Amino acid sequence: MKDERKEILESIVGSSSSPWMDGSGNLADVVISSRVRLARNLRDTPFPHLLEERAARDVMDRVFKVIESVNKKGTWGELTTIDLSELNSRDRQVLVEKHLMSPQHAEPGPGKGLATRRDERVSVMVNEEDHLRIQCLFSGLELDEAYITASGTDDLLDEGLDFAYDDTIGFLTACPTNAGTGLRASVMVHLPALAIGDEVARVLAAVNKLGLVVRGLYGEGTEGKGNVFQISNQITLGQTEKEIIENLSLVGKQVVAEEKRFRENLYKTRRTELEDRIFRAWGILANARSMSSGEAVRLWSDVRLGVELEMLPQMNVRKINEILVLAQPGFVQRVAGRDMAPEERDVKRAELIRHHVSS
Amino acid sequence: MMCEECGKAPAVVHFEQVQNGRKVVMNLCRECAEKKGVLNFLFQPAFSINNLLSALLGSQVSGAPVLEPSGRERRCPVCGMSYRDFARAGRLGCSRCYETFEDRLDPLLRRIHGSERHVGKAPARSSGAAKIRRELEQLKAELAEAVAKEAYERAAEIRDRIRELEKAARGGEA
Ligand SMILES: [Zn+2]
Ligand SMILES: [Zn+2]
Repeated sequence: MKDERKEILESIVGSSSSPWMDGSGNLADVVISSRVRLARNLRDTPFPHLLEERAARDVMDRVFKVIESVNKKGTWGELTTIDLSELNSRDRQVLVEKHLMSPQHAEPGPGKGLATRRDERVSVMVNEEDHLRIQCLFSGLELDEAYITASGTDDLLDEGLDFAYDDTIGFLTACPTNAGTGLRASVMVHLPALAIGDEVARVLAAVNKLGLVVRGLYGEGTEGKGNVFQISNQITLGQTEKEIIENLSLVGKQVVAEEKRFRENLYKTRRTELEDRIFRAWGILANARSMSSGEAVRLWSDVRLGVELEMLPQMNVRKINEILVLAQPGFVQRVAGRDMAPEERDVKRAELIRHHVSS
Repeated sequence: MMCEECGKAPAVVHFEQVQNGRKVVMNLCRECAEKKGVLNFLFQPAFSINNLLSALLGSQVSGAPVLEPSGRERRCPVCGMSYRDFARAGRLGCSRCYETFEDRLDPLLRRIHGSERHVGKAPARSSGAAKIRRELEQLKAELAEAVAKEAYERAAEIRDRIRELEKAARGGEA
């Protein structure tokens, strides 16, 4: 890998901070981030799951060549191209933990690549389930902005690549569940007050009835450790991109309103209990000597609520959000520079968090 | 009603989802529902179209092989996949598969998405005619909205643009 590329990659995987967690953007007290993903494929080229090493590499080369040529034109912030087989598994894991690519994409496989802008707001996965997955990630509820950026990236890539597109069905994807717009939009929301009020299931079931899908981001299924949930559209065909984005934004705003109503109510009616909970969590997070990632994310949820309710003036949103990456196994091991047993990791994690919150 | 999967037992599990304003319903007997894991995800709040797709592809109607008139399995000329390969993998082999198995994929797309017709963005390089058609559709919707809101100035602008596009469409040039 060239030196400059190495340097940029190093600055990305070496830092637990990303712009998507900086607390900027609309309704960022509940909506952590907004993501838009566009699936695109090359015409008459077998989809990645059928490609052997050589053919997969060929696809990666073709895509990277177009990216490099757009880089030269200077019409977008430059994307750094990375052949993922050149990275060790810890670095690949950190890219997942920073939400720059999917967990599947971190698994070794033929011709897997990633191109990312230095500010991490734009990335392109090459040879994931589809040949290209363009992703834009913004802090707060900023789906419009994310879509405009993704669509602009799509246009630039389209100039050099022949995308598989059918006048009736739209963009053609490996899985028919993505065909049409190829658009998956999602918002990551933090719902601690609804969780304390035991109302998460009710709200999320209502969201699901509207044809959107919800999953817990940390932990299994809809359980949602840390009370962080991702709400996404499912339908990709028969609606315009604008409709999909608007629907999701609207539902997102309603969920935010519900969460805020519960926050206010908790603050008014159960203030002491709430403060006790938040300061206990803070005490452990800032002082523990060993901590699992599950515990970290659970405590994180209470502390973040405390930050939002202005109970912890020494913390800010960006700083508390950063713990979401800092506490993940890949990042902890990356800092240590080696693979570690879980108990060893827990000690290192507690140390990293302690330093982070006291700095 | 009989089970849509085996057709032998009465359907006792019904689940539905509204997609694009259309209701998609599956009716299965208990045994088939269990086999597909439908019962499992019935009790989870998260209904997902991925589950719907695998349930459909596992069914005898949507999952059956596609044959040539000669009786041999039809295969995609680009990637070599058969429809049965797709039903097993849940993924198509290449973009040409959509054309190769069109007869079967159209109803499948309709059931998954509630539609089989794309109304969104077209690539900048796609055929001019399709782009014009899509933009016209969109403009006509906007025109109706503008008229409804009595935004006549805006309506006049849209009307001009529609005329321009219609002229371009007749000339076969964007
Ligand atoms: Zn049956
Ligand atoms: Zn094919």
